[in-house]
Amino acid sequence: MTRLLDVENLTLQFDTDEGRITAVDNVSFTLEAGEIMGLVGESGSGKSVTAKSVMKLNPSNAHYGPETKIILHLDSGPVDIMSLQQSKDLQVVRGGAISMIFQEPMASFAPAITIGDQMVEQLMIHTDMGKKRSKELSIEMLDRVGISDPSTRFGQYAFELSGGMRQRAMIAMALSTKPKLLIADEPTTALDVTIQAQVIDLMKDLVTEFGMGIIFITHDLGVIAQTADKVAVMYLGRLVEQGLVRDVIRTPAHPYTKGLLAALPSLDDLDAPLVAIPGDIPSPLERPGGCVFNTRCSDNLGARCGAEVPTESLLSSQHNVACHLYSEEAIK
Amino acid sequence: MSQQVLIKARDLSVHYALSGGKIFGPKPVVKAVEGVNLDIAKGSFFGLVGESGSGKTTLGRACLKAAPISRGTIEFSDGEVQYELTTIDKKQLKDFRTRSQLIFQDPYAALSPRMTVRDIIAEPLEVMGLTSSREETDERVREVAAKCRLNLEHLRRFPHAFSGGQRQRISIARALVSRPQFIVADESVAALDVSIQADVLNLLKEIQLEMGLTFLFISHDLSVVAHVCDHVAVMYLGRLVESAPTRQLFSQPRHPYTKALLSAIPSLDPDDRGKMQKLEGEIPSPTNPPPGCKFQTRCPHAIDICRRDEPKLVHSAEGHEVACHRWQELLN
Ligand SMILES: Nc1ncnc2c1ncn2[C@@H]1O[C@H](COP(=O)(O)OP(=O)(O)OP(=O)(O)O)[C@@H](O)[C@H]1O
Ligand SMILES: Nc1ncnc2c1ncn2[C@@H]1O[C@H](COP(=O)(O)OP(=O)(O)OP(=O)(O)O)[C@@H](O)[C@H]1O
Ligand SMILES: [Mg+2]
Ligand SMILES: [Mg+2]
Repeated sequence: MTRLLDVENLTLQFDTDEGRITAVDNVSFTLEAGEIMGLVGESGSGKSVTAKSVMKLNPSNAHYGPETKIILHLDSGPVDIMSLQQSKDLQVVRGGAISMIFQEPMASFAPAITIGDQMVEQLMIHTDMGKKRSKELSIEMLDRVGISDPSTRFGQYAFELSGGMRQRAMIAMALSTKPKLLIADEPTTALDVTIQAQVIDLMKDLVTEFGMGIIFITHDLGVIAQTADKVAVMYLGRLVEQGLVRDVIRTPAHPYTKGLLAALPSLDDLDAPLVAIPGDIPSPLERPGGCVFNTRCSDNLGARCGAEVPTESLLSSQHNVACHLYSEEAIK
Repeated sequence: MSQQVLIKARDLSVHYALSGGKIFGPKPVVKAVEGVNLDIAKGSFFGLVGESGSGKTTLGRACLKAAPISRGTIEFSDGEVQYELTTIDKKQLKDFRTRSQLIFQDPYAALSPRMTVRDIIAEPLEVMGLTSSREETDERVREVAAKCRLNLEHLRRFPHAFSGGQRQRISIARALVSRPQFIVADESVAALDVSIQADVLNLLKEIQLEMGLTFLFISHDLSVVAHVCDHVAVMYLGRLVESAPTRQLFSQPRHPYTKALLSAIPSLDPDDRGKMQKLEGEIPSPTNPPPGCKFQTRCPHAIDICRRDEPKLVHSAEGHEVACHRWQELLN
């Protein structure tokens, strides 16, 4: 396997009217070429801003921690993302080597330009294709994501498309440049499951064809189970558990991961009540000390969880968890 | 459940003329909703599922008189008033607007970035003149915010500082503040992770029971629909293809499209990869729909009659209607 991305000690803070908040706290992970990593976690846990950091796409009130290191390995050599300052340098990664499917589909299409013109423009900036070829490829990609009558849709504006079509058009646009790394932020939330299956197949094809790596943000653990190789679970800015999909879904270790799996509505018993994890996610202004999950954890060990940040414990070669239940003292 | 019908749509159609397409000749028309008959019982949690672009949002908006109705009628009667939405006059429409609300699909597009959360939630009250003093408005806002578990500190902030899930609770609070009878919730939990989703769904259910509300709940997440809705209708390319009490729909789906939907739900078991049943065939274009049954291009059971005649929605069991020529043959 060849390494595609190293994220080390990513810390990200935002200045807000009420003070500085920590949105991402010392997060590390790696991604190989041709690998799909699922990123799951509570709303507000920092998934989107983590993903955007890889492209240095956060707004000007964002501050990266001094230890933060993000290296993207391209054929031409490693790129140190944090050292890129000018938007000219960042062009290499934004929309070129890295494509992002944004969580907010409306925001990624300019309202006054047709879908097609935007796709073509993007291709002409980031590839050496001419206008004609760009148009052909754009229409072909619209077709591949299951948009019927793609040449008509090509000439339309984003508001004329349904939510799911907009999402698919965005996927088509993101994939058309054949990026090395695709960041897909909730890419299939607006799709029916039959189309979702088709879009996921397309992404997997591109993974095999071009060795594209994908960071797949979703709250649908079923989608993760069917798509990803490994999964990382975030809570309040921290990575609490990481491992191969099979291990994490079959034998979840962190109480938060267990809670997520228990909250899934099951089709086997329609009368079963939906079980939410009790309590509210704390405001980032009031991040709990110690383990960030301790205020809602049903396995809270008491003083230690409230005071001491848990370090990662290795459960197997590729499965690790940050929880005091698994620390050496607790196991003894 | 009371059998009083809150929304009664007959032969409801919404057609859009599209930009794009050919320069000469008539502009293409999308029959976003075509000839739909729909009864929503008062106090029910009515689910609407279906393919992306099948017309769910449009149908939901039409029920709120927020889409251009081309043909047909919609009656709204909540026990206090009775309106026919296609002929409603200005004064009645103003009153109807206080009785019905929409919770948006896209929480990013829905919230104005320049307003504080307090002002966003208060806006419907101010626009409709439902309160007489700032104190009263504040009181109503605080009350509904508490119901949606937003705290006072949240109310002073701007929406950009919130994550998707938090924004969705703001949208819900805004929809509830005018104390409506009827709420269209369009993909309201799609952006939420499962534990918050469970929480918001429990919240919506609670509010529904407490306030006797009627929900039209649009979603493509079938497991969510299975858990919260008492009745489900399935749309395909502008038509209703099946409608049944939830339990019945999930245990005895009769339309081949409904069956395909149920079998494409991603399983949580990583070993089920590749086992999901996939639909073959062309996804039809809404501007140029196929003759006969709209699902025939992807239906594994299509025969001549399906390619020729459009099936009508017919009674198949108590409360269960299906639009398929072959539903009886396909019972097994
Ligand atoms: N531009 C910003 N300014 C201030 N705070 C921000 C900004 N962007 C994000 N945040 C905060 O950072 C935290 C993480 O947000 P993020 O959008 O990454 O969450 P998420 O995990 O993607 O959630 P969701 O599942 O709801 O999309 C949240 O508390 C959010 O309010
Ligand atoms: N304002 C509009 N102008 C033109 N066409 C429109 C407009 N709104 C919707 N349409 C078209 O009407 C059809 C139905 O769209 P609608 O948004 O109702 O679908 P939907 O079932 O809600 O889909 P999704 O699940 O993707 O949100 C689509 O073909 C769409 O392109
Ligand atoms: Mg996000
Ligand atoms: Mg919609």
